[in-house]
Amino acid sequence: MKVSILGGSGYAGGELLRLLINHPDCKITRVTSQRFAGEPLYRVHPNLRGRTNLRFDDKSLATHNDNDLVFTALPHGKSAGLVPQLLDQGTKIVDLAADFRLKNPEAYPEYYHTKHEHPELLEKAVYGLPEIHREDIRNAKLVAVPGCMATASILGLAPLVKTGIVEKEHIVIDAKIGSSGAGAGPSMGSHHPEREGGVRPYKIVGHRHTPEIEQELGQLNGGNVKVAFTPHAVGMVRGILVTIHAFTRGQVEKKDVWKAYRGEYGNEPFIRMVSDNKGLFGLPNPKNVIGTNLCDIGFETDAHVNRLLVMSAIDNLTKGAAGAAVQCYNVMAGLDERTGLDTIGLHP
Amino acid sequence: MSSEKCPDCEALVSVPDDAVNGEIVSCPDCGLDLEIALAGQERTVKPVVLEKEDWGE
Ligand SMILES: NC(=O)c1ccc[n+]([C@@H]2O[C@H](COP(=O)([O-])OP(=O)(O)OC[C@H]3O[C@@H](n4cnc5c(N)ncnc54)[C@H](OP(=O)(O)O)[C@@H]3O)[C@@H](O)[C@H]2O)c1
Ligand SMILES: [Zn+2]
Repeated sequence: MKVSILGGSGYAGGELLRLLINHPDCKITRVTSQRFAGEPLYRVHPNLRGRTNLRFDDKSLATHNDNDLVFTALPHGKSAGLVPQLLDQGTKIVDLAADFRLKNPEAYPEYYHTKHEHPELLEKAVYGLPEIHREDIRNAKLVAVPGCMATASILGLAPLVKTGIVEKEHIVIDAKIGSSGAGAGPSMGSHHPEREGGVRPYKIVGHRHTPEIEQELGQLNGGNVKVAFTPHAVGMVRGILVTIHAFTRGQVEKKDVWKAYRGEYGNEPFIRMVSDNKGLFGLPNPKNVIGTNLCDIGFETDAHVNRLLVMSAIDNLTKGAAGAAVQCYNVMAGLDERTGLDTIGLHP
Repeated sequence: MSSEKCPDCEALVSVPDDAVNGEIVSCPDCGLDLEIALAGQERTVKPVVLEKEDWGE
């Protein structure tokens, strides 16, 4: 397919480029940036030097009508206005922002402080988590790639909520995220002397990923799921670890938890159970998935307080953004989902 | 090679045909260490429990 990337100078756009430049089914025709228009891509993404002759352009959307598919990696609120025109000209869209993730239009003013410009499109958008919506993604025209911390949380919890092992209204999610999650724009929060060496809680209640997590988990078990979600900014550049505290009515046997995960994820190409609790590498650690599209999941039962503890680790830019977008693209194009994503992570 | 079910997670754990009494095998999924017990033709596995401190963490 011929594709364009809108917002190609950002971190999510750069990760899309890293994954798509070698993708056998994908021809990148345009990459946009207002700030860097005319510059070769490697001025912004040095890892791409020698791999492509493309330059950023800032042409209007009208010039994107020769594409089969457009990836939008723009700040929240910027893609909602562009999508109707793209859909009208028959272009498919994989949107990495939050503009089409939520089904309930009322959630936008509550969590994003703006009214949605095109609420009629929310029902048409498919939530881009192939592990849950693979069949709908196959024929989708508009895919909304999930939020990064939402992805780690939903994947960690889905089998447990679906099988009813955990109580649906008492789920606590503690997330740690690296600085690239905040995008390429400089800020005090990502400024090295402020960030490094600290663990800074932020948006401790009412974080924007809360409604996505509740929406997706609620659909799995026909009812209300409530999560208490709190993120922390840590010194890593890439990576997310969510530690989930879920509670069970009585004691739960480990083998039943294993059964739930194996039942749901037995054939998933990007989910690894990392739950042997042995040595340094027996539980999920974002360091072990950096640059890959993997989600590592581990758990432990805690009979002392009827707790089921789950850890889930991803790279926020890969499985948390661009990798998930490429995985969705592969599903839409009828390709093996691993195409362009079959990388082994770094160690150490 | 035969296999036994891990008592913790129910994964199949391979036990070599020439395993000796007291040999330890590890479950590939949950990491539980299992000790092989041989009694005549019968082979069973039982968890080995080792208490660990958090030095080195
Ligand atoms: N970072 C992550 O871990 C992550 C994870 C999941 C989802 N996402 C989502 O992906 C999207 C991009 O995130 P990011 O981290 O890549 O952000 P970023 O690094 O700040 O990049 C934003 C991109 O949008 C362009 N842009 C900025 N303001 C614009 C405007 N007013 N109109 C049009 N283009 C504009 C920028 O290009 P120019 O200024 O050069 O034109 C840049 O290419 C966001 O919606 C984010 O929520 C990010
Ligand atoms: Zn086991």
